[in-house]
Amino acid sequence: MKESLYTLTILGMDYPTLWFLVVGGLFSGYAILDGFDLGAGAWHLFFKKDKNRRIALNAVGPVWDGNEVWLVIGGGALFAGFPVVYASMFSAMYIPFMLFLAFLIFRAVSIEFRGKEQMKWWRNLWDVSYSISSAMLAILLGVVMGNVLQGIGIGPGYEFTGHWLEFINPYSVMVGITTLALFMMHGAIYLVMKTEGKLYERLRGLLRSSIIFFIVSYIMVTMYTLIFIPHLSDRFRSSPELFIVPMLAFLSIANIPRLATKGKYLQAFIFSSISVSFLLILVAIELYPVLVISTIDPAYNITIYNAASSEKALGIMLTITAIGGPLVLIYTWFVYKTFWGKVKLDETSY
Amino acid sequence: MDVEILSRIQFAFTVAFHYIYPPLSIGVGLILVIMEGMYLKTGLKVYEHMTRFWIKIFALIFGIGVATGIVMEFEFGTNWATYSKYVGDVFGSALAAEGIFAFALESGFLGILLFGWNRVKPKVHFIATLGVWLGSMFSAIWIVVANSWQQTPAGFHIVGDGMEARAEITDFWAMVFNPSSVDRLLHVWIGAFLAGAFLVMSVHAYYILKKRHVELSERAFKIALTVAAIFSVLQLATGHMSADGVAENQPPKLAAFEGHYNSEQPADMYLFGWVDNENQKVYGPKIPGGLSYLVHWDFEEPVKGLNDFPAEDRPSAVNAVFQFYHVMVTLGLFFIAISLFGVFKWWRGKLFTHRWLLWVFVIAVILPQLANQFGWFAAEMGRQPWVVWGLLRTSDALSAVVTANQVIFSLIMFSFIYLLLFILFLYLLDRKIKAGPYHDELDDNRPLQEGMVEMVESKE
Repeated sequence: MKESLYTLTILGMDYPTLWFLVVGGLFSGYAILDGFDLGAGAWHLFFKKDKNRRIALNAVGPVWDGNEVWLVIGGGALFAGFPVVYASMFSAMYIPFMLFLAFLIFRAVSIEFRGKEQMKWWRNLWDVSYSISSAMLAILLGVVMGNVLQGIGIGPGYEFTGHWLEFINPYSVMVGITTLALFMMHGAIYLVMKTEGKLYERLRGLLRSSIIFFIVSYIMVTMYTLIFIPHLSDRFRSSPELFIVPMLAFLSIANIPRLATKGKYLQAFIFSSISVSFLLILVAIELYPVLVISTIDPAYNITIYNAASSEKALGIMLTITAIGGPLVLIYTWFVYKTFWGKVKLDETSY
Repeated sequence: MDVEILSRIQFAFTVAFHYIYPPLSIGVGLILVIMEGMYLKTGLKVYEHMTRFWIKIFALIFGIGVATGIVMEFEFGTNWATYSKYVGDVFGSALAAEGIFAFALESGFLGILLFGWNRVKPKVHFIATLGVWLGSMFSAIWIVVANSWQQTPAGFHIVGDGMEARAEITDFWAMVFNPSSVDRLLHVWIGAFLAGAFLVMSVHAYYILKKRHVELSERAFKIALTVAAIFSVLQLATGHMSADGVAENQPPKLAAFEGHYNSEQPADMYLFGWVDNENQKVYGPKIPGGLSYLVHWDFEEPVKGLNDFPAEDRPSAVNAVFQFYHVMVTLGLFFIAISLFGVFKWWRGKLFTHRWLLWVFVIAVILPQLANQFGWFAAEMGRQPWVVWGLLRTSDALSAVVTANQVIFSLIMFSFIYLLLFILFLYLLDRKIKAGPYHDELDDNRPLQEGMVEMVESKE
């Protein structure tokens, strides 16, 4: 076994496993944080008045950029810790990732440019660009996730052997839509917390629809997974005690509508964040120690062991994370505290 | 065209476009720190207005910088998969440190910098400005360390053979302080300060010429001129240090800078010229033995020439490297001349009396941009055919599975998006400049107005 080559550290985990947790933690952080602002963006065209759109935009205004940094750091962590998977995945999914970049750029500049002119057509143009790119980013993230879960045509040398159009398939599209639904629900809760008056009332209605939208698509994806992709539930069959995780995920999701009807939006937001993490924990349990499943031969699976950087490198990066991580949390907390409460437009707003 | 040249064009294009913005963020960031510091120290409204005006321009620059920055990180994986596998172990720590220490710091405080003026106390806002600026300085550290490692690798060993070979880190600090990183970092930082200072001078020189916001502009111009004068002179020193390093660590690159082919001869230094690579001749006015003097402090001593290295191990685009290098150096000397001349006029009390001088400063905004771009072109093209010096060839670094058609698609996509972005950037920058600094009428109803009034009054 290759695993035995690795030194064990705290809790009996080896370095690649620890780094797997770091990368997973960063992606969870990204999904929770950028999830709500992508979701808020996807709702944007549902608001008709310019003032409402401005409020919705300024609700994410001071934080979206910091949220996106989690993607940069998560991508960096994947590159640094598991260069093989980074190289294989990104070159295999060339076109999807290029589209992802295009939407990322359009979204960023739409936020920046929208408020710079008063003309109606100008604002509408950037509103459409902002909203569509937000929704497409959520869907593309889901499509990538769907393909990772299902496995891709990885052949010898951990190189992809298929065609990029294979990435668009029923399962990946379903996961894409579910991700959009999840983020829209998450974003709606965030916007409810940040608004008041008529817009607040309207968002409460939208929130109800989005919860239904999410739960329906989530159930469909789960059914499809259980029926057509049995390898993903192997681990749960072999260690039934792990069933506690999907149970907790279910309870956490069920808690969202309960809290939302009671008007406890902050708690609902906390639970939708927890649900996002639980869904990613489920993915991690299903995959570990594999990172990318090969549909050609399990021998070509890219795992955290055959993709990992050296222990020396992982050790250095874990040290950097241990020093830097708490700092990031402190100033993230400080920024959210500064902009806490309902949005008030002033002359510095978008 | 093949995948290699297409991928190179795409990376060069996306990184060059990106590099318009981060140096401006670093440079304007420094000047913002000074302006806001002056505001805190003096409590004068004029500094508040100046700070808030430049925050708006900073926001525009920073926004595009972020949007275009993530592209390169993705391209390592998409277009340069073999390179990613090869350098991941070494490069990773630098990238992780950049993400955690730099990006998170700048993006975290950016919200307060841009939107927090009315929400936090002036000192807290100043800390946010400082945080964003330091974050941008830190990100330059890690990316320059990573690039310098590609120029002068250190602190690693090679594991595996052939396509499986990769560099693994053995000594983190040796990697960070590889032979070229400190010199190049200083050179990059100062290049960024100059880009920022010349932008600030350009805008305020324009206002002075148009007789708008004159008092504010004169103060702001002097801040920027001071920065430009100090750092243009220092840049000469860091440039020389960098060139010394290139002479020692990458002799073929230095030889390409001056079009020097034969090792037996002392190397000349050209003021400008044209390289005929085929016949190995350079045409142009030169200082005989000038390069020998700069490297060895001796006009007679030979310097290694391009012919010392096999044709497949040295840069082939010698004329391009020569031109980019020479334009950069000439521009650097011009920055010293014009800034010191400005300081001299300031000392004589005549800084703002010559309209032609102000016009020169208005137009000069483009020059540090060119110097920064051309400097990188010279550094990166001079490194060819290697992507990691002496270890990995650019032609071996590609993604095995990506086809030319895919790269053509993305190249067209980026060309279209970036062209649009650039036009919008110029348009909005122009709008912001025409709109001018902040007006007093907008001051009412600030949540923390009382605190500010108190602070300002306590200074009087």
